[in-house]
Amino acid sequence: MKFKTFAAFVAPSMFMMFLFIAAPLVSVFLQSFYLTQPVRVATEIETCTPGFTGQVCKTETKFLPQLDENGKVITETTFVGLESYRNVVQPDHAWAAISSFDWRGLMNIDFWKALRFTLTFTLLTLPLVIGVGLALALAVNNAARSIRGPVIFISLLPFIITPVIGALSIRWLFVGDGILTRLMEAYSGQDIAMFAQAWTIELLMLFYRVWHVAPFAFVIFYAGLQTVNTDSLEAAVIDGATRFERLRYVIVPHLMPLIVFVALIHLMDAYRVFEEVVGFRSQAHVISLQWLTYDFLEPDDAGNRSISRASASAMLTMIGIVILLVPLLRKTWRDHKGAH
Amino acid sequence: MSAPKALRQPASLRLVSAAFLAFWCLIAAFPIFWIAVMSIKVPIDAFAANPLDVILGPLTKAQGDGLSLLGIVAWIGFLWLTFRVCTRLLPALVSRHAPFGSAALGWLIAALAAGVLFVLLGFGVLVPLVRALDGALGLEPLIGLTTQHYQAVWVENAFWRNFVNSMIVTGGVVTVSLTVGTLAGYGLARSGSNLAFWILIVALVFRALPHSVLVAGYLPVFINSAEILRPILGDAAPTLYGQPLAVIAVLVAINQPFTIWMLRSFFQNIPADLDEAARVDGCTHFQAFRWVIMPVMWPGVITTGLFSFLLAYNDFLVTSLLLDASNQTMVPAIASYFNRETTTTDQVEAVAAAVSITAPLFLLVMVFQRQIVSGLTAGAVKG
Repeated sequence: MKFKTFAAFVAPSMFMMFLFIAAPLVSVFLQSFYLTQPVRVATEIETCTPGFTGQVCKTETKFLPQLDENGKVITETTFVGLESYRNVVQPDHAWAAISSFDWRGLMNIDFWKALRFTLTFTLLTLPLVIGVGLALALAVNNAARSIRGPVIFISLLPFIITPVIGALSIRWLFVGDGILTRLMEAYSGQDIAMFAQAWTIELLMLFYRVWHVAPFAFVIFYAGLQTVNTDSLEAAVIDGATRFERLRYVIVPHLMPLIVFVALIHLMDAYRVFEEVVGFRSQAHVISLQWLTYDFLEPDDAGNRSISRASASAMLTMIGIVILLVPLLRKTWRDHKGAH
Repeated sequence: MSAPKALRQPASLRLVSAAFLAFWCLIAAFPIFWIAVMSIKVPIDAFAANPLDVILGPLTKAQGDGLSLLGIVAWIGFLWLTFRVCTRLLPALVSRHAPFGSAALGWLIAALAAGVLFVLLGFGVLVPLVRALDGALGLEPLIGLTTQHYQAVWVENAFWRNFVNSMIVTGGVVTVSLTVGTLAGYGLARSGSNLAFWILIVALVFRALPHSVLVAGYLPVFINSAEILRPILGDAAPTLYGQPLAVIAVLVAINQPFTIWMLRSFFQNIPADLDEAARVDGCTHFQAFRWVIMPVMWPGVITTGLFSFLLAYNDFLVTSLLLDASNQTMVPAIASYFNRETTTTDQVEAVAAAVSITAPLFLLVMVFQRQIVSGLTAGAVKG
């Protein structure tokens, strides 16, 4: 294919990706060094309140936002360097907490709290998703042909359900008067509040994510199992391999590329954990990095969005993604060079 | 085909694996099943301590709303029939009647018709029929069932508006991203150049980006777009914030990396000889693409379209930040329910809204199960 034809085919897609992915990235990077604020002017204001003998008047100097002729707030954008990053990371407080081994103090800073949760969440769900997916694939592969269809149908439900709704549906089972909380209370004989402390919420979040993603791993591993070479399995039997050894030395190595694929996709997605925080409404206890950016972008009570801080936290989130992707990219590059 | 004796499994292992599967199916279906049951009960029943009370709904029944034995049998039969029609009859009908090369359109019409028919037959025919028969035979209701929450959500709170907005956004995203994506996917599949490789790698990096990072880039520009664009467009410059069209463009772009990867792997399965034959016969590249490759590409297009649909339909982050209250889609709209979820009635209404959002997805899995599975494995197994 000539370059010109190739360019014509990919141009619309490239244009979309450039305009809506690459350009925003650059603009977020730049925004994180600037701060847009209303111009405030010191104004003397005299307020008078009626008193017993006469009016009591007070003159105060207030900093009021300046309005232009249309009544709009005039804003100015100033270069603030790393100020927004400092606001997000709070290095002084963080360092003070670290040097005095004050874990709780460190966790009081939103960014570190979010980072801690995002990392533990990503690393804990990874083995669970792969393990459950593999177990399901093996079990379905064992099952009679007639029940495979319905099992796959049911398994796909948690996968395609809207993430916020999925989290909500689990939340409703465990809220104060949800059915499973009632059951646990009846069983243990004490009051249980699943949404009053961080660790139970995190447990439910882990459960939700495994419930949501395991079907994806299962379907991929199940497809991979169909291509396992029966000859090598039989050879292993003849060599006296037990069932577990066959799994360990024949089936798992065969599935290895798929396991790596699922692990990568899962790492990317789990690092972006966000919907759980919304669905479980856990912002008071547990927050994630992406939720932190989202929260800065949401208008606060005065209707202002802290774009600059959001950009800083977005760039910090990006660093994690880059660290995650570097080994993958290096491997792909080596493969590509090897192929030529 | 029977397995060799040495590979056959002992009964204990088969039992364990069957038990595990049963347990998984229970866990997978239970939360969804349970919210569906809760949504048709009065609040006290929905949050009752005894699971049987939730299922049978004595208070809902006392209110006079309920299903008799006949009604239960009729509904189970109807749901089973729907399942059979969606999984067996519909695919056969589509493959027989859709003219060659327009299978995607056929599927679209079939899925829409199935949804509309389900609603019409279920609520327009079955409900009055069962009620009339119950009255004639003098049957008492056996389990409580009320549609009051659905009425409150869809009629009083105008959830249908959010539904229409959702349909506009998802429809737009699927159409545009497939049009743009098939072109790019074809180009990438047929070009072995370094540039194609690098485009795919960059797309992979883009796929990993958290969406909030991108939205942080759009928001200030979208809010001020009228002022930014005024020098170019004059007074017609639109404010992009709150525009469904802008959200469609954003979601299409976010979706592109995934779409082109998936479509590329489908295109690679189509032998390049086919293009060459068409080229020898005097087609240009584009004609070969449109008239020779696309007709055999429909399964891949349908599958990719499904995943685009899921992305746009399920999105919360982008739509909640870039759309305002007047044209909110369904998923962010539900946030307004659970923010004011103060009474149990509000809670059950939120449950009903959640079930309303899930129902189309349920139908989608029924009709397109095979395509979803093939889409999941396309990216992984072939490369």
